[in-house]
Amino acid sequence: MKSILTFAKRKKPGDWARFLLVWAAGLITVAVLLYLVGFIMLKGIPHIKPSLFAFTYTPENQSLFPALVTTVLMVGLTLVISVPFGVFTAIYLVEYASRGSRLVRIIQTTTETLAGIPSIVYGLFGYIFFCDRLGWGKSILAGCFTLAIMVLPLIIRTTEESLKSIPDAYREGSFGLGAGRLRTVFRVILPSATPGIFAGVILSVGRIVGETAALLYTIGSVIKIPESLFSQGRTLALHVFSLANDGLYTNQAYATAVVLLAVVFAINLLAARIERKFINKL
Amino acid sequence: MVKYKLENIDLWYRDFQALKNVSMDIKANQITAYIGPSGCGKSTLIKSMNRMNDLIEGCRITGKFLLDGEDIYGNIDVNLLRKKVGMVFQKPNPFPMSIYDNIAFGPRTHGIKSRYKLDYIVEKALQDAAIWDETKDRLKKSALSLSGGQQQRLCIARALAVEPDVLLMDEPTSALDPISTAKIEDLMSELRKKYTVVIVTHNMQQATRISDYTAFFLLGEMVEFGNTEKIFSMPKDKRTEDYITGRFG
Repeated sequence: MKSILTFAKRKKPGDWARFLLVWAAGLITVAVLLYLVGFIMLKGIPHIKPSLFAFTYTPENQSLFPALVTTVLMVGLTLVISVPFGVFTAIYLVEYASRGSRLVRIIQTTTETLAGIPSIVYGLFGYIFFCDRLGWGKSILAGCFTLAIMVLPLIIRTTEESLKSIPDAYREGSFGLGAGRLRTVFRVILPSATPGIFAGVILSVGRIVGETAALLYTIGSVIKIPESLFSQGRTLALHVFSLANDGLYTNQAYATAVVLLAVVFAINLLAARIERKFINKL
Repeated sequence: MVKYKLENIDLWYRDFQALKNVSMDIKANQITAYIGPSGCGKSTLIKSMNRMNDLIEGCRITGKFLLDGEDIYGNIDVNLLRKKVGMVFQKPNPFPMSIYDNIAFGPRTHGIKSRYKLDYIVEKALQDAAIWDETKDRLKKSALSLSGGQQQRLCIARALAVEPDVLLMDEPTSALDPISTAKIEDLMSELRKKYTVVIVTHNMQQATRISDYTAFFLLGEMVEFGNTEKIFSMPKDKRTEDYITGRFG
């Protein structure tokens, strides 16, 4: 009689083809990414100069510093608006609403639809509603609200998944000790769900930093460090777009793109660090 | 003394009747065991004794649960009820926090803030659950670093820390190895001195070893209830006899 081990070892015809296919897929993905990053690095790094980080932008010196500051501001403000909304919506959906109720289904369908809308549509909506109807004009504030709506589905979705993955045993344990729902959610469920929620926030940061279309009509194009929420501004991604679009400062566009990449990379690195810290604490 | 009186309990999950006209008196400072095959309603009954089944949609109950003469499905604060009637679950479910915080969770919920008091409660609860010696040097460590048996004793300590009157245990040893099980069984005879204990078990030897009273359930019906020795030596009902002699189940 053949042992189980010999069965396991026997190869099926076509195994090598599957093996090759899987490897090729992985290889192509990595290769494309490396090519892209390499290309931008090669074109951009030679043009990174200290003058690019000057305090102000002038036609003679295309400093990216104002855009960098604007980007950081935009990320912070957008998250301040969207994270509480998104997280609380998800908490309502998972912890409070009765599962499968009509309201839950409506909210879920809405968020899924929102997630599928092209960002330029968000941009146009933001322009019509925030800039025009609310009279904020093209401003940092209008841009942040537009982006906040855009990343909301992402935050709701990831938070929902993260909350759902917390075993019901924790909830039972907490209720069983006489804790109410509020205490259960905030003291037991949310701390365990934090790494998952955090992952969603990081994805959102990525989208905010990389977004151009939704900001094109909502924050204007002034290249200055914003003085107030109603100032116009330009994020790094928009800055790259504008520089490249003008056709005059292509080299500076590449250099700015390198900085943009570095920012995204730094954010991911930081996120991984913080996430690991959270997980170690559990 | 009767601690907990159940009168004509009927319970439905939507259209399915899980408990049929169950009545029993649970005596204070005694261990009452619920036995019966899977799906007989014993877990359902124990869960409804501190209203954990409130969380299940479509669950409907008639009849009376009188704890010290007060109907727990009447106009009462559920959270206070659950403070008074603690619960230990089938699978150990420590929270993902430190051992200390796990035990202090309940007391903190009920308003105790003083560090000094909490320290005292935590030590006392861990001692009562016979796990103090194993944990005293690592109170700040995550509760998830404990073994399964230790986790379950931690959960017992956590339940004791809110000073309940009644302790409900839903198959507390079914996920544990024999040595941990023995430890928890030893612990239970100690617990009886202070608490009224109700335990669901699949293990009939366990029921004979630890309980004073036994109730046998079958298909939502309480077939027989009485002194554990009597039930296991001279069952009155043929179905009880068949079950404890292992003819089905």
